Amino acid sequence: MNVPRFRVALYAVAAIVSLAGLADATYLTVQALTGETLTCGGSPDCFRVLGSSYARIAGMPVAAFGCLAYFSVFSLATFAAFAYRRAAALLTLLVGAMFLVTLWLLYVQAFVLHAYCRYCLFSAAITFLLAGLMIAIPPSRA
Amino acid sequence: MKRYLPFIIVGIVALATLGSGALLYQAKRPHLLTIPANKAVSGKGTAESIHIRGNPDAPVTLLEFGDFQCPPCGGAAVFIDQLVKEYHPNLKLVFRNLPLPVHKYAREAALAAEAAGLQGRYWEMHDVLYREQAVWSKADNPRELFDSYAGMLGLNLNQFKKDMAGGKARQRVESDVERANSLGVRSTPTVFINDQEVAPNEKTPNGLRAKIDAALKQKPSKA
Repeated sequence: MNVPRFRVALYAVAAIVSLAGLADATYLTVQALTGETLTCGGSPDCFRVLGSSYARIAGMPVAAFGCLAYFSVFSLATFAAFAYRRAAALLTLLVGAMFLVTLWLLYVQAFVLHAYCRYCLFSAAITFLLAGLMIAIPPSRA
Repeated sequence: MKRYLPFIIVGIVALATLGSGALLYQAKRPHLLTIPANKAVSGKGTAESIHIRGNPDAPVTLLEFGDFQCPPCGGAAVFIDQLVKEYHPNLKLVFRNLPLPVHKYAREAALAAEAAGLQGRYWEMHDVLYREQAVWSKADNPRELFDSYAGMLGLNLNQFKKDMAGGKARQRVESDVERANSLGVRSTPTVFINDQEVAPNEKTPNGLRAKIDAALKQKPSKA
């Protein structure tokens, strides 16, 4: 397979995958803004996670930062697919940072809150997939 | 054109995200409930059994529909109790049960509180259940723990067990649930201040203080 074309395809896949993460994070942000995460009515584990102090940073829902991160991944992957070299480097850095944050959030769910929220697990799966894609993308020859 | 294509794609996704987020927010924005005058219960001179903490004649009533297994209710219980003390004699708390089906032991916990209430120790059991929520919520047999809490509170244990299984406690819980259904209350904690529902984001110590202060301005203070 032609390597540049393979790179473009993988960046396009990363952009599409990040849209799933963006949708998930947008939903969680809206839930946090409407105050739904401060009440019980749905899954008890989700409310234990999303209603905890770990779900906010300086009063802002963590999901809002997730929105920003996934949107940045989408933008950078799109620009990388169009051969913007700096975008590719920034994308790798961003996904690396998101991977570390995801590990921390999984640790909090497993060992601090002892509860898992399926929306958070979905987001973690998306980030792991993005990290896998970043590893799979062959390095630029230039 | 190809030069601008990534900018166009990113712009479209940004607009689509903001638009769908705004639509979702509109759809999910809470519609706050009001208790109609014919459904309001003052707590005094009524045949219905309700649990009141604070001064029964207080001008401001904080009505809570709560679930003993709901973590946010446990958090709210701590500061609501503090608010009742802080605003004494101007604030009373009325607690009603709304055990949600998603919480496995919530109904049994509500029965335990009502059974303790039949021996005049409702609020003591209410406090223990919230304080120990993390323990009994994860127990295989929470009934044993409820019995031990009853013993700790000095209740007649045999009577407590009988009451938990009996019709009176069940009737009290069911009457609260029916009331919640008739008002359209679906989640916990749902808080009303003088029959006006408090928005979810305002169910914080400062949010409730602001609502109580506003209610006190409308009704004369006892102090």
